[in-house]
This record gives sequence, C-alpha cells and structure tokens, in this order.
Amino acid sequence: MARAKLVVYVTTSYHFGREVFLSQPEHSLMTAEDMRRVIGRIAHEVVERNHGAADVLLVGLQRRGVPLANRIAAAIASFERADVPVGALDINLYRDDLTSRPQPLVRPTRLPVPIEGRVAVLVDDVFFTGRTARAALNALMDLGRPTVVQLAVMVDRGHRELPIRPDYVGMNVPTSHDQEIQVRVSEFDEVDEVVLIEHERRVLV
Amino acid sequence: MTTRAPAAAPGIEATSLQPRRHLLDLDDMGFAEITTILDSAEAMREVLHRSIKKVPSLRGKVVLTLFLEPSTRTRVSFEQAGKMLSADVINIGGSGSSAEKGESLLNTALTLQAMHADILIIRHEASGAPYFLARSLENTSVVNAGDGRHAHPTQALLDLLTMRDHLESLAGAKVVIVGDALHSRVVRSDIFGLVASGASVTLSGPPTMIPLDLLNPRGAPSLPGVAVEPDLDTAIVDADVVMALRIQKERQDAGMMPSLREYTRRWQINEDRMRLAKPGALIMHPGPMNEGVEITSSLAHGSAQIEEQVTNGVAVRMAVLYQLLQGSDGGSLT
Repeated sequence: MARAKLVVYVTTSYHFGREVFLSQPEHSLMTAEDMRRVIGRIAHEVVERNHGAADVLLVGLQRRGVPLANRIAAAIASFERADVPVGALDINLYRDDLTSRPQPLVRPTRLPVPIEGRVAVLVDDVFFTGRTARAALNALMDLGRPTVVQLAVMVDRGHRELPIRPDYVGMNVPTSHDQEIQVRVSEFDEVDEVVLIEHERRVLV
Repeated sequence: MTTRAPAAAPGIEATSLQPRRHLLDLDDMGFAEITTILDSAEAMREVLHRSIKKVPSLRGKVVLTLFLEPSTRTRVSFEQAGKMLSADVINIGGSGSSAEKGESLLNTALTLQAMHADILIIRHEASGAPYFLARSLENTSVVNAGDGRHAHPTQALLDLLTMRDHLESLAGAKVVIVGDALHSRVVRSDIFGLVASGASVTLSGPPTMIPLDLLNPRGAPSLPGVAVEPDLDTAIVDADVVMALRIQKERQDAGMMPSLREYTRRWQINEDRMRLAKPGALIMHPGPMNEGVEITSSLAHGSAQIEEQVTNGVAVRMAVLYQLLQGSDGGSLT
C-alpha cells in the first residue's frame, strides 16, 4: 500500500445531480519481482499436481493470459527440462453478455498441438465472477477433448457467481464491487505489476 | 443507477467505435472500423478451419437473406456465416415469394421485421433500396449485399482482407482497377475502402466505362487517392494489385467499347503487362471470368485465389454479423 496517487477529476455541468465515478487511489498489490515469484510457484504447482509436465498444455486467455502462460512455460522449462506448448484462446464468441456491452475485439485462437489427451491449464489474469472461465470451458470443448482442464489465475478477487473455482491462485484479494484489480504485463502495459484501484461512488450536487 | 464499475466489465477490451446498426456502404467507414472488422475476420477464419465449425455467439438471433436478384455465391456465403455463428438463417428469394405477386419492398420488409428478424441481408436491383429499408425498419439491422450499380460493402471488405493478406499493409499500396468500373458496385465500395485504408487507386479502361464522378477531364482527382489513366501500360507501372473486371459483351452493342478485339488488345491483363507491375503483384478478379478477354487463361488459372476468396468471404461476413449484433442495444442509425 505504498503508493497512492489521485487520478483525474472531471466535473462538468453534465454530471451535476448524477452519480459519477471518481478515479481514486491505486494500491500496489504485486511488483514485477512479486509476479516473477508467483509465476515460479504456480509453475512448480502445475508440475507437482500433474506429476511432470509431459502432457501439460498451457492455454492463455486473450489477452493478458497469453503472456502469463508464456512465462509459466518458461519457468517450467527452467527447472523441469520440458518444453510445454502454449496456446491462446479467445472467448468473446462464447460470452453470455454479448449485446450489453460495446464491441469486444475478437482475437485469434490458436493451439500449437491437438488438445486430445492433454492436461489443459487455462491461464487468466483475474478470477472474478467465473463467467470468463465458463466461456473458456465451452470454447475449449469445441476444440477437442482434453483429459483434464485446470485453471490458473494471478489474482482471485472473490464474488464467484458460478460453481467454478481456480486450481492455482497467485494471490487471494477480497475486494468490494467498487474496486478493480488490474494485472499489468510488460508486453501490453510496459510494466509488470498488479494494482487495486478504488472507484468511489459519489453524488455531486 | 446501480452500475458498479465505471467502464465495461474490467479486463474486457472494447473498441472505441460507435456501435453500428446497418452496413450499407464503406463510404462512412474509417480506417479504425475497417481494421476492426478485418482483424475479427482473421479470428473468424480460425473457426472455419476447426472440425466443429460453429461458435454460439449469435445463438437465438434471426438472420434473413432477401435476394431479389439472382446470386449464389454471396447468399451462400452469408448463410454459412450466419450458421457458423449459430444464428437461425432464413433465405427468401425473388421467385416464389410474394414479391412476385407484386408486394412492395417495404411491405415485405415490414412483415419480415414483424417476424423478429435481427438482421436483414438484402440484394436488390435498385440502387439505394437498402438505404430505404434502413430508414423504414426500426428493430432490424440492414446489410447491403449489393444494390444496383451502387455498393457491395461485404465484397469490398473481402477484397481488402485478401489484399491485406498479401501485402501486409494497404497503406501506400498501388491498386490498379481495369475495365468496366461504371457498372460495378464492387468497385465503388472497393474505392472507398481502399482510400480509407491509405492505398492509392488507379482506374484504367475505356473512358466510357469510368464513372463520371471519378472521371475528371483536367486530370485532377475528384476523390483524393483516386486517379484515372486510360492507358493501361502507363497505369500498371509499379502496381501492387491489379484487379480485372468482367467485361459484358452487350456493352459493345451499347457503344461503350469499339470491339472486343480492341478491348482485349488495349486492356487485357496479360504476362507482358504484368512485367510492368511490381514483381509478385497480386492479380484479382471478382468473377465470373471471361478468360481470353479481360484476362489471359494462363494468368486466370495461375493466380486464381478462389478457395482463399471463398474462405475470406465467409470470415468477413461472420465479422460483419458479429459486429452489427454487438450494437443491437441502443445503437444509432448507420
């Protein structure tokens, strides 16, 4: 909780009398070093749980799950002398809330090896309601029949809405609905860190 | 208000584009929107190569195709796109429908809207017919699948995707379009899409076949990025893409070209002329081809991308249907 900075305030007459969200302080949950250690631990847990890495296929969920899956594969390679294949899965075509949001970008799905007979480990950044994981399971099943499916996430923030829970968790963070967790990866965000952002609700008069 | 997060659900990327309700032409589409559609088409192509070629994203949506002009390729392509996204696709043709009994287009469309069609895909011989329906229908998205000589936006998007596959980037590319641009709705949409993507377009062919609004006798381009050069040997120099259009023999009777032989001599795409273009330039033809007239048989077969064009056509139309239904809650007109 070291850093706290105040982000933008915008108050125009348009907002008067309405609830608006003011971006509030950002708390650091993990530094780049912390993330590296957590990824190393998850890599060990994956190998331990599956008695080796021979059948493991890491599947990163677009978009931030993909670099995380690559890092887990690199960590496994460093201590297990196993080359774990990494795939990418886009779940936007399987969402259950399609028309209620603006256009989500559909990104490529690609698996380097057939999924039959594999232990597919889904990798995502944040576990929240479980709906993304639900969509990912459906998407995965359309691609073939894995032996086992497991789920690894960097942060479990609570508020499950479905009977689905992750197998590997980097960090458990109980949150409120007004808070947001952002996992930032250098591939897309220029920095490796996990932050908690407070979105405080206020009424302006 | 019970909203609990300021933007969309966290972790989900969305485009900053305004949701689009209708797809009528490419003239109101910017580079960002074209790129979004082509990018999602690339993701859709992966679905086409699966053993189970179906995703559930348009489950429970009704897509109607209303083709009042004969067409097989475009209609089948739309039907396949809708079915792969799990929509229910219903096809209506001109013959055998009540259009044959004299029902007006508007009444037909209102009836179809009352059947809870989410998307109406229309081909019509009259330019502007899809615009008329887009103004008249309140709850149904309209997709133009070709109207008269005016526009054919999904075919143009598919051409753009094929070109992007071969060139990596359309920005700065030189595209030469040869032949009867006047009667081609695809060319008009192609031009808007290419110019928005940063490519330059050179039209070549008999001046009688160049659309008047694009033919400027003083040589100044009437649309930025578009040039007219009747002499093909000059036009084709350094081209990245050469597109030959179908010549219809009845145009000769209409006095639009002197004779097929002269057309062939001056505007046929052949090996000699392709040497003037960039090495490895892409040759395209919207089909069906008159081999030996606008293109030599050897080039027609050597560079035919039929399979690729068919796959890209389905992928682009999947992307279009998907994007339109994203905005179906409260999107603005066009």
